[in-house]
Amino acid sequence: MIKQLSQRLLGPVTLALLALTFWLGLWVTPPDRIQGNLVRLLYIHPAIAWVGLYVSFGTSVIASCLYLWKRTRSTIMDRVAYCAMEVSAIFITLTLITGSIWGRPTWGVWWAWDARLTSTAILLVFALGYLALRRANDDPELRARRSAVFAIIAAINVPIDHFSVDWWHTLHQGATVFTQNGNFLVHGSMLWTLFLSLFAFTLLFFWLLRARYRLEVLRDQRYAASLDEALAQRRREGVH
Amino acid sequence: MIRTALLVAGKDLRIERRSRVLLWQVLPFGVMALVLSGLALGPAHAGNSSAGPGLFYLVMLLVTLLMINRSQVIEGSSGTRTSVATLGLDPAGVFLGKALALAVELWITGVVVLAGAVLLLHTALVGSAEALPSVLVILAALAAAGTLYGALSGGGQGPATLLPVLSFPAFAPLLIAGERSYSDALHGGSLWQWWLISLVALVAYLGIGILLYGVLEES
Repeated sequence: MIKQLSQRLLGPVTLALLALTFWLGLWVTPPDRIQGNLVRLLYIHPAIAWVGLYVSFGTSVIASCLYLWKRTRSTIMDRVAYCAMEVSAIFITLTLITGSIWGRPTWGVWWAWDARLTSTAILLVFALGYLALRRANDDPELRARRSAVFAIIAAINVPIDHFSVDWWHTLHQGATVFTQNGNFLVHGSMLWTLFLSLFAFTLLFFWLLRARYRLEVLRDQRYAASLDEALAQRRREGVH
Repeated sequence: MIRTALLVAGKDLRIERRSRVLLWQVLPFGVMALVLSGLALGPAHAGNSSAGPGLFYLVMLLVTLLMINRSQVIEGSSGTRTSVATLGLDPAGVFLGKALALAVELWITGVVVLAGAVLLLHTALVGSAEALPSVLVILAALAAAGTLYGALSGGGQGPATLLPVLSFPAFAPLLIAGERSYSDALHGGSLWQWWLISLVALVAYLGIGILLYGVLEES
C-alpha cells in the first residue's frame, strides 16, 4: 500500500519540487553581488552535476558490483546498472551544457581546457562507451558481465573528477558551499534553494530510473515473446 | 600465477617473433605516424616544437591500439580460448602474461619512436633520455589497461571500432601524465608528481586486471 502510494506520488512530488526550485531560483532569490542574475544558473548546474556524476554513476557502479558478486547476481542488477548509466550520460551532458552557458559570460569562453571540465568530458565518454559496449554484445550474460567490469573501471575517474579542482587548481572554482572548516559560504534563501534543487533533482533521478527500468523490462518481455513466436513459426514450417 | 604469466608472455612474444608483425608493420607505422604528425604541424614548425612530447604519446596511443588488436587476434584464432580454459590456467596469470608481452612490444616500439622524435622533431637527446624511465612506466600502464580493454571489446560486434571508444577515455590521463613528464624532462622541471600518477595508474590497472580478467574470460 505504502509502496504503491510512494510510486504514484514520486512523479507529481518531483515535478512540484522542481517547479518550486525554478520559482525560487528565478524570482524569489536575490541576484548575486558580483555575478548578478547569472547566479540563477547555479541553482540547477550543481544539482545536475550531483545527479550525473555521483548519484546515477554511483548507482550504476554499485549495481555492477552487485551483479559481479555471485550471491547477488541477477538481471535486476544488470538492468539497474544499465538504466542508471543511461540517465548518467544525459545528466553529464546537461552538466557540460549548463556549465558552458555559465562559463561563456564568466570566463569569456564556451570551453576551457580546465581539469574539472576535461575530467567531466572524459567521464561522459566513459558513459557513452558503456552504452556502446551494451549494444556490441548480443549475448545477455556476456553483455552484463562486460558492462559491469567496464563500469567499475570507469568509476576510477569519478574521484579524479571530484578532486581535480584541488589537485590542479585550474579555472573551475573549488568548494563553494562549504569552507574547509564546514562553515557555509552561501546563506539565506540562496542556500535553501540550492539544497532544494539537490533534493528535487535526486528525486528526478529516481523517477527517471524507475520509468527507464520499466521500459527495459517491457523490452525484454517483447524480445522473449518475439523469440517464442519465431521458434513456433519454425516448428510450423517444419510440420508442413 | 607468475609461472602462468611467464608462459603466456613467452607464447605471445614467440608468436610475434615468428610472424614479424612488430618489425614489418608496427614499427614502420609508428615512424610514419610521427612523420605525418610533423607534416601536420608544418615543416617550418615541426622541429623544436613544444608539441613534440604530445605527438610522441599520440603516436604511441595509436601503436597501442594496433598492438591490442593484434594481441586479441592471437587469442581469437580457432580453439585458443577453449584450450586456455581447458588447461585451467589462472586468469590472473593469463592477464599478467598478456600485459607483459604487450608491454615488451610497446617498450621496443617506444624506444624506436623516441629516437624518431629526437631525429625528426628535434626533441633534446638528453631530455628524451631522462624521460625514458617515465615513458617505460606509462607504456606498461597502457599495456595493462589495453589488455583489459582488449578483452572487454573482443568477440562482440565491431571490436576494432569499439576498442578506441572504450579505451581512449582511460588512456587520456596517461597521455596527460606522459606529455607533462616528457615536457618537464626536456625543460628540467620536477618529474615526481607525474611519476606518481603513472605508477598509481599502473598499479590500479594491474590490480583490476588480476581481479576481473577471469570474469571477462568466463564462458
